[in-house]
Amino acid sequence: MSSDTPVIELKSVKKSFGPVEVLKDVNFSVRAGEVTALVGDNGAGKSTLIKGLAGIQPYDAGTILFEGKPVELHSPRQSADLGIDVVYQDLALCDNLDIVHNMFLGREAAHTGVLDEGHMESEAANTLTSLSVKTVKSVRQKVARLSGGQRQTVAIARAVLWNNKVVILDEPTAALGVAQTEQVLQLVRRLADAGKAVIIISHNLQDVFAVADRIYVLYLGKMTAAVKKSETNQADVVGYITGAKTQEVGA
Amino acid sequence: MSNQNAIQTGNEGSFLDAGRNYIARVKGGETGSLPALLGLVILATIFAVANPIFLKPINFANLLTQTATVTTLAMGLTFVLLLGEIDLSAGVTAGLSAAFLAITMSNYGVAWPIAAVIAISMGMLIGFLIGLLVAKVGIPSFVVTLAAFLAFQGLQLVVVGKGGLIGIDAPPILAIMNTPMPLAFGWILLAIVFLSYLGTSIYSRRQRTSSGQQNKPLGILIFRSAAILVVGAGFVSFLNVERGANPAVTSLRGVPYVVPIVLILLAVGTFVLNRTKFGRHVYAVGGNAEAARRAGIQVSRVRITVFMISSTFAGIAGILMASRQASVDAAAGRSIVLNAIAAAVVGGVSLFGGRGRLSDAVIGGFVIAVIDNGLGLIGLASGLNLAITGGVLLLAATADAITSRKSRTS
Repeated sequence: MSSDTPVIELKSVKKSFGPVEVLKDVNFSVRAGEVTALVGDNGAGKSTLIKGLAGIQPYDAGTILFEGKPVELHSPRQSADLGIDVVYQDLALCDNLDIVHNMFLGREAAHTGVLDEGHMESEAANTLTSLSVKTVKSVRQKVARLSGGQRQTVAIARAVLWNNKVVILDEPTAALGVAQTEQVLQLVRRLADAGKAVIIISHNLQDVFAVADRIYVLYLGKMTAAVKKSETNQADVVGYITGAKTQEVGA
Repeated sequence: MSNQNAIQTGNEGSFLDAGRNYIARVKGGETGSLPALLGLVILATIFAVANPIFLKPINFANLLTQTATVTTLAMGLTFVLLLGEIDLSAGVTAGLSAAFLAITMSNYGVAWPIAAVIAISMGMLIGFLIGLLVAKVGIPSFVVTLAAFLAFQGLQLVVVGKGGLIGIDAPPILAIMNTPMPLAFGWILLAIVFLSYLGTSIYSRRQRTSSGQQNKPLGILIFRSAAILVVGAGFVSFLNVERGANPAVTSLRGVPYVVPIVLILLAVGTFVLNRTKFGRHVYAVGGNAEAARRAGIQVSRVRITVFMISSTFAGIAGILMASRQASVDAAAGRSIVLNAIAAAVVGGVSLFGGRGRLSDAVIGGFVIAVIDNGLGLIGLASGLNLAITGGVLLLAATADAITSRKSRTS
């Protein structure tokens, strides 16, 4: 795999629900070490695109290339095995468990059935430290006691702990205040710098411009723009989102 | 761990810091079984003042055997409650397994160990069927177990016969609740409990030290060990005092056999919940079933298993019940399940799932038994007794609801 090969490349992906075409011949590619933003208005098809990558809702047609090789994504297990992880908006954390337990949820380390708490604890702490997380004081805190930003941090750190190649973040800053948004965006940047391919879905263009390398815009099921951040500006992107402007994609 | 910026593990600090952390947690709503323990002390004081018999060794031994059945049921129910589900059929399952125990022994001449295994396995099978209906068909557990509650009462009536009574005469079964162990066994039991606590604690400290991790302050270990020794020695010596009405004829002293049985169930169950993947998954599913599913946990398998555990504990409770009454009647186990649910909730197990320990169920079981026993000794009408138990349950459920709401909105 050359360094230019995208980690994920979607070619002419289609998805319909009955007569409604939600994704029309969509091309999309994500590179390692980059933050790729996926923007678009409500109903543009962002969630459908992501659910296909997560294996929850397979596409009807089109090709999926993972590190240049064609793959099938028909179940969440297949996505997880390839190293694609989605951090959903509602985070999917268990409030009654602590940070270590949540980071290892479903993949607990155990010797002959007995949990290896020490190993899990140091791995969790190392991962948080490697992401330069300073907002979390103790890894043994219950998640219920954490702020929105800290919860997002735990959810993202879980994706990192499992050495995922692609981390998809669904509206990671939607519920956060200014300071916490800043912290989460820094974390997103560090993820990409650590060599992950990061996909971020957001309505907040300020956040997108703060953190993304590349911006893809969906408009009514079509990919109307794929631009480098350095080659565009907020006004143009708003134009793409509202359909006032279009760019020929993949040309 | 001298690095100031390192992420902590909650084990740092001195013994006093640990104490302060505990107080902070209690204030934050993580009270565990503390309210139940305080309630227990207050209730015991009131009853002891009201009627000195309450503190007599004979009454204490009675209390232990009274609470054993409810506590065993409550421990099993805790697994189900941890998932936010309920099992209303646990009591009648206990009754049914008691009936199977009695009938296989008296009508078919089956040896008692085999009869006991049959009774317990029948409980397990019932739990499997309930779990299947809840997890795979998707019927709310309240409805499935209510149906089972009604159906098993009918089945019990058919099996035992209307107004029927089947006697139990196997000495080992009768001994569980009615015969005390030899005096030395009580002390041996205490030694086993103490040494296994000390052993496992020192082992896990060594492991943490060898992987370079922070240990809890040594003071906590010493404090807990001392508490086990003092409280345990108090229990054993009190139960070893002669309590027979007429010691010259029949001497009655020693720890009842049921105590080690309940302790073993408590220890095994606690180990499963705290130290195994399955236990972790029980808490995860109870805390956020969707999150557990997304994390790859097989939620329906966990659901079925907790109902099997609850019913297995019910099967064991059935044997205890049969032992205590030396017989099984057509109504055995009908009313006991509500006491068991009350015991778990009063002890601090949340009805909303995800929060609670087996030891909570044991402490709650004591509270319920003390209310029952103490009010009986004071000579209050039994109607009032039920009303007070109901009131205590409501109080505990209110505290539970407020705590759960607090932790959800924070």
